[in-house]
Amino acid sequence: MAVAARVAARRAAEAKPKAPSDDKIYTWPHLVRVEFLVALLVIAGMLVWSLLVDAPLEEPAAPTRTPNPSKAPWYFLGLQEILVYFDPWHAGVVLPSLIIVGLMVLPYIDTNPKGNGYYTFTERKYEILTFFLGFHVLWISLIVVGTFLRGPGWNWFWPWQPWDTHKVVAMSNVDLPFILGFREYWSQAAVGLCLIIIYFIVGTAAMYWWIVRKKGRAFFERWGGVRFGLTVFLFLNMIAVVVKMVLRLGLNVKYIMVTPWINI
Amino acid sequence: MTSWEEIKTQITESQVWRSMFRHGYEDTPRNRILAVSGNVWLHLHPSKVRKHGVRLKFTWCMGGITFLMYLITIVTGVYLMFYYRPVAQYAYADMKYLEFDMPFGMLMRNMHRWAAHAMVIAVWLHMFRVFMTGSYKPPREFNWVVGVVLLVLTLLLSFTGYLLPWDQLSIWAVTVGSNMARATPLLGHEGPFADFVGVNPVYDARAFLFGGGEIGPHTLLRFYILHCVFIPIVTTIFLIVHFWRIRRDGLSGPPL
Repeated sequence: MAVAARVAARRAAEAKPKAPSDDKIYTWPHLVRVEFLVALLVIAGMLVWSLLVDAPLEEPAAPTRTPNPSKAPWYFLGLQEILVYFDPWHAGVVLPSLIIVGLMVLPYIDTNPKGNGYYTFTERKYEILTFFLGFHVLWISLIVVGTFLRGPGWNWFWPWQPWDTHKVVAMSNVDLPFILGFREYWSQAAVGLCLIIIYFIVGTAAMYWWIVRKKGRAFFERWGGVRFGLTVFLFLNMIAVVVKMVLRLGLNVKYIMVTPWINI
Repeated sequence: MTSWEEIKTQITESQVWRSMFRHGYEDTPRNRILAVSGNVWLHLHPSKVRKHGVRLKFTWCMGGITFLMYLITIVTGVYLMFYYRPVAQYAYADMKYLEFDMPFGMLMRNMHRWAAHAMVIAVWLHMFRVFMTGSYKPPREFNWVVGVVLLVLTLLLSFTGYLLPWDQLSIWAVTVGSNMARATPLLGHEGPFADFVGVNPVYDARAFLFGGGEIGPHTLLRFYILHCVFIPIVTTIFLIVHFWRIRRDGLSGPPL
């Protein structure tokens, strides 16, 4: 009897989900009170902020006088910073689209049932690390760079350095196929295209190998090819931004692929 | 002498009071539920919430603050609209007029701008919180998608508003920000494969956005309508869906 009861109790404890179960309380007054107080405090804070700091208003619009540097609104400066590394069609159109699509498909490719409704790192390590790379490391830090560290000519200026409009920066960037020894135009284009295809094939294979090793083939079957394909495509595109930054900053690589139509 | 209790009873049981508040005044579970479900504003909430949905440590209240910022920009924005004309020759002068001559004009403009910036930050933090608590997991996948749309709409609202002061800061920030439309593959005249489509500087994605080849009076009117009418309507529609879904699925956690 006692043993059976103990087993039953242990089973019940094990079956009990970590997430909160039915612990509901009344919205009125508990939630409404919190919302009301937070709203009061935030409105008071906004009032103080607005009384102390005036919104900027510069001289009237003059379409013929371009300021140097011309900066987009601060929340787009991460993308403007990416323009250092990619052409506008990629940094300004393809990447933002991929970010939006990637965020939208996130709930459909992340099938991990754990961590639903509570904070956890250990149960969702890779999801959280990927999000950190995309959101904190890339999006936020590039906004910080674009806002505070870029001056005239989009050159790098530390906050204590004066903005010198005539700062000379050596334009020593060359294309990757050129570095690899290909001098003829079409062979360079072909090599560039091959490099990009190889990057995606090797990346996909590596991810496949890693997931099967880490999670097992049964997980992969459950997860499905479409989810895997989407995840790998989005992830590799995000990593490609880092790769291009490293190539540019480390090896002065301008483009990886040069064709008459698009450069990457 | 009537006591306070009697006065209270007389008020809460008067015909006027009862015509406004259908539920009884007494603090009973039934009345707590009716206070929420019987009120058009409060019924955006479910009548009961999970305990952690009330804890600031869990929610950071960021979704609510984002919505509050949206409301602040609407109130201050309507005030600004009384004094601002979206016409190139008046817009900047109206800004000055608003700042120096209108009662509370500067305060309203400041609050409008800072609330817009705060809204962008709050919506990012809200997304971060929802991610960290895994609140996009079933059954809330679709509401996360709606949230991503709202995030983009927030940025677009802020971006279209950026042009309206019609000063150097506005037109050049918007010029730089919308250069990407010029570079859209196929649809922008500086984008890849533009030659195959036949787009040109006055007939491409950016010209469609600007209402012409470059930023001008037509763009100002266009952005004004987008900023004050079109995007707010779309945002409100998505907000309704967003809130409705939270109400149906409960705030965070696996389905009950």
